[in-house]
Amino acid sequence: MYYQSEFDADYLASRNTQFRAQVERRIAGQLTEDEFKPLRLMNGLYLQLHAYMLRVAIPYGSLNSAQMTKLADVADRWDRGYGHFTTRQNIQFNWPALRDVPDILDALAEVGLHAIQTSGNTIRNITSDHFAGAAADEISDPRPVAELIRQWSTDHPEFQFLPRKFKVAVTGSPTDRAVTRAHDIGLRMIRRGSETGFEVIVGGGLGRTPMIGKVLREFVALPDLLDYLEAVISVYNLLGRRDNKYKARIKITLHETGEEALRAMVEARFAELRGTYPGSMDALSDIAARFRSPDLPPREHRIFTAAKAQDPVFRAWADTNLTTHKRADYAIVTVSLKAHGAVPGDATSAQMRLLADLARQFGQDELRISHEQNVILPHVALDDLPALHAALLPAGLATANVGLISDIIACPGMDYCALATARSIPVAQAIATRFEELQLEHDIGALKIKISGCINACGHHHVGHIGILGLDRGGVETYQITLGGDGTETTSLGERTGPGFAYDEIVPAIERLIAAYTAVRTNAQETFLATYRRLGMAPFKAALYDGDTSDAA
Amino acid sequence: MARKAYAQVVTGNALLEGHVVYLTAQGTWSTALTDAEILRDEADAQLRLLSAMAQAATVVGAYLADVDPDAASPKPLHFREAFRRDGPGHYVYPAGRI
Repeated sequence: MYYQSEFDADYLASRNTQFRAQVERRIAGQLTEDEFKPLRLMNGLYLQLHAYMLRVAIPYGSLNSAQMTKLADVADRWDRGYGHFTTRQNIQFNWPALRDVPDILDALAEVGLHAIQTSGNTIRNITSDHFAGAAADEISDPRPVAELIRQWSTDHPEFQFLPRKFKVAVTGSPTDRAVTRAHDIGLRMIRRGSETGFEVIVGGGLGRTPMIGKVLREFVALPDLLDYLEAVISVYNLLGRRDNKYKARIKITLHETGEEALRAMVEARFAELRGTYPGSMDALSDIAARFRSPDLPPREHRIFTAAKAQDPVFRAWADTNLTTHKRADYAIVTVSLKAHGAVPGDATSAQMRLLADLARQFGQDELRISHEQNVILPHVALDDLPALHAALLPAGLATANVGLISDIIACPGMDYCALATARSIPVAQAIATRFEELQLEHDIGALKIKISGCINACGHHHVGHIGILGLDRGGVETYQITLGGDGTETTSLGERTGPGFAYDEIVPAIERLIAAYTAVRTNAQETFLATYRRLGMAPFKAALYDGDTSDAA
Repeated sequence: MARKAYAQVVTGNALLEGHVVYLTAQGTWSTALTDAEILRDEADAQLRLLSAMAQAATVVGAYLADVDPDAASPKPLHFREAFRRDGPGHYVYPAGRI
């Protein structure tokens, strides 16, 4: 867990003082909305459909208990008692009043949290693997590097007015849990001999024009990383189109410039910039020292084994929600925020407090937020799991559905978002509730459904095994389905099945898809994605659009 | 066939709270769509919008939204306006739910 320095604290305090004055001037009528809007966006404050929304960064998805408790305090004191964890590991508060926002930011700063660069055409919150520092398959914890990039990019004078927003993800594991290929820059840690570095993937992104990133450089050694990143973004800053917002992301720059030409320009700029940050390795070791890896005492697993044998509810949860820890006597716990019928990613203040308490009690004071909108306790001893599970159960936090059909990513959609063209939350709720009724989800197995309420794709629908996109077609909510998307190291973009479905048709359509899948899979181990990759669109299309098939289902 | 009847309301978000508000016949702002003045003349609507936009210290992003010309009380024509009127379906977490 990273502990901020005095410099970080002073910086946050001065930023908040500045924003407080800007809010006062806006309320006093000394700033117009046009003048104020970019200032509030730089501090994460949006105006949504029904209220302001404050987006608070959770850098690389890591929180300690004090920070989680503070989020709960903010929800209670200034909001409506809940928050929404997003697909970029942030949290959004949906109801702050403008006058209260400077106080909220001061409260957050007490625990080193902030909303800087969670909006606007800047380098956004650096995201990472939510199992970082705990995963058995990891080369090294990517978060010190993510923190280095956060510090470099925060208030970077050259990159405050980029052509468009810029998203960076970092992973230290060959298993890609950070969707690196769908980011403006994705960094994958690689070891060459004794040297650590990164593969640099550029120009991925979802949204209106989904693209999978290209490897711009196969290996950048760690001491060169900031120089190389600076080279990529400065070239983009010059080339990126400012005439058309829809063509302004680096994926379009790469597409229009050509991969070879862009690579050459970046290399030329890199040659000029090399050595710009001679202190970066010292800064990195200073940061690494501030990431205190927990001391995990050796533990038994007798209690765990006994509980699994005796308690089928615990066993089902353990089978679904645990991931292998680098230590055999510990586990990574994913706490599902997707209870059947709940709003994906929402947590009440009471749930946040409980999670903070449990992290203190059982989890080395560490929590993570995943881009899949769940909360992770990364270091829990196997023998503490039965007690943890028992504490989660009454709080609605013990749903055994991680990675299953009801573990749905959904953006806020038209329930909140000013950009949305349709609702996504109630679609997610209805699908989860329906498959819970059918008692099928464990039989269906690994399946990722991702729902976006507009073309901007915050719900990552392009990389869902089943993606759902809500659109406004002639004043009616309409849902398009894509199949075969994948956000991991085997990234692929989903393919559209055909015409969309009305709001009341979408759940039955998903049901027909699933019936088709279970009918054609070779065995229960063949996942939906594997079946789709083997058979292609045909059986699913027939299930969706062929009247006979739909009658049979 | 006569041209389509015209009916709009002026709406926006309150500067301080951010809440959805509607312009009333008295020139005040209400959070209830039922209080909104239905503007049935396009030129009049444009004037009312301009006056609303001038109230920059009260309301942000004022615009004209279509309502049902045949309804006596303002009724949204587009589902987005219905959601703006109603608020999100799910924000109330009952006491006791944790």
